[in-house]
Amino acid sequence: MKRARIIPVLTISGNKLVKTIQFKKPNYLGDPLNAIKIFNDKMVDELIILDIDASKHNKEPNYQLIEEMAGEAFMPLGYGGGIKTFEQASKVFGLGVEKIVLNSILQTNINLITEIASVYGNQSVVISADIKKNLFGKNVLTFLSGEKKSNNNIKEILKSFIQAGAGELIINNIDREGTFKGYDLNLIKEFSELEVPIVVLGGCSGLEDMKMALKSGANAIAASSVFVYRNNNTNSILINYFNVNS
Amino acid sequence: MIAIVDYGLGNPLSIKNMLNRLGCESVVSKDFSILNQAQKIILPGVGHFTKGIENLKKSGLDVVLTDLVLQKKKPVLGICLGMQLMTQKSEEGFENGLSWIEAETLKFIAETKEMKIPHMGWADTSFKNSFILDHDFVENPPRFYHVHSYFVKCKNENEVLCKTQYFKQSFDSGFIKDNIMGVQFHPEKSHVFGKRFLSQFVNWNP
Repeated sequence: MKRARIIPVLTISGNKLVKTIQFKKPNYLGDPLNAIKIFNDKMVDELIILDIDASKHNKEPNYQLIEEMAGEAFMPLGYGGGIKTFEQASKVFGLGVEKIVLNSILQTNINLITEIASVYGNQSVVISADIKKNLFGKNVLTFLSGEKKSNNNIKEILKSFIQAGAGELIINNIDREGTFKGYDLNLIKEFSELEVPIVVLGGCSGLEDMKMALKSGANAIAASSVFVYRNNNTNSILINYFNVNS
Repeated sequence: MIAIVDYGLGNPLSIKNMLNRLGCESVVSKDFSILNQAQKIILPGVGHFTKGIENLKKSGLDVVLTDLVLQKKKPVLGICLGMQLMTQKSEEGFENGLSWIEAETLKFIAETKEMKIPHMGWADTSFKNSFILDHDFVENPPRFYHVHSYFVKCKNENEVLCKTQYFKQSFDSGFIKDNIMGVQFHPEKSHVFGKRFLSQFVNWNP
């Protein structure tokens, strides 16, 4: 049987688990370790942890927290946030993390993809392609938590990342993040032909959205709000998980 | 005590974490005397085949491990790249492998646009009856996390431990020969399925 991966994404700020809407208004949810323990019991396919402050405040990854989180994660674990050098990536892998998620650094140094991939393999380098509409309603690729926009053609940039050695792309729609409006299916269709696995993120409200995303060409599903809120109500925190097999 | 070989590639700590959960003492090391003292050895690995072989050779671990495995018959488990390094050669480079088993490592060829490479995700894995200790694995195929662009092809079908399918390509996701075992998937990242698999290795007396 072919199984599509369903990946909860946890965002952290400092030592706290938070959840944003369109990359803004972080809502405090609790202790990330506790959340990971619950996701572990629920046997999630994979987990991605993103430190949303590290790059913004020019900080290094929080190695101690990463080590503690990895110690509780008996599923594949991806980490992103604040990684600027091969040495930092190497240190994070050494703590028990399988995949490094890159975004901000790619504005200035695509070469880091190649440096990491040539040692740890392509599958260990994931790119978070954070996409949002600009003032003219055109989708653009952004870096640094959506703050820096690129004017170049998105697909061409993504191809250059793959060329450099990226093994997976997260197509992350900032405008839909935390809104429960459903995935941007056009965006998925646009990029599904790229040769590496495409993970979709941003806007999920439940199982039906996931199925539609898979039909539109996504290879794996990522979501955040649906896995931390009860009935998509942002006042009601509940770590939860469900599984779909295609 | 199980020694997890530290040769600069992969995720030795994840394996140690899972062994801790099983109550099994383990150590991550490249020290020859510690490897020699260990009852069993795990060769982990995530990354490039050539880089893996180079690292083993640079530190002299290739010679030491080959002696421990082929002469002293220490039970060994290769995981992912660790499994591939045990084969004779790989399409991911020109260096020879450790050649502990008659097998080679081949590259996935995408049959269609939908077949993305690397193969990344959970896959049902069918075990052969004759080898596995946990017979429930045969009746209820467990699922394991796979992530790889290359796969192993054994020369001798009777040394295949389990098989996994990715699109139309069925590949040898595990082999077993005397004291040598290798698996393509990541038991340390496969929840209870991986825990059960590793506990079999812990209790294995070839």
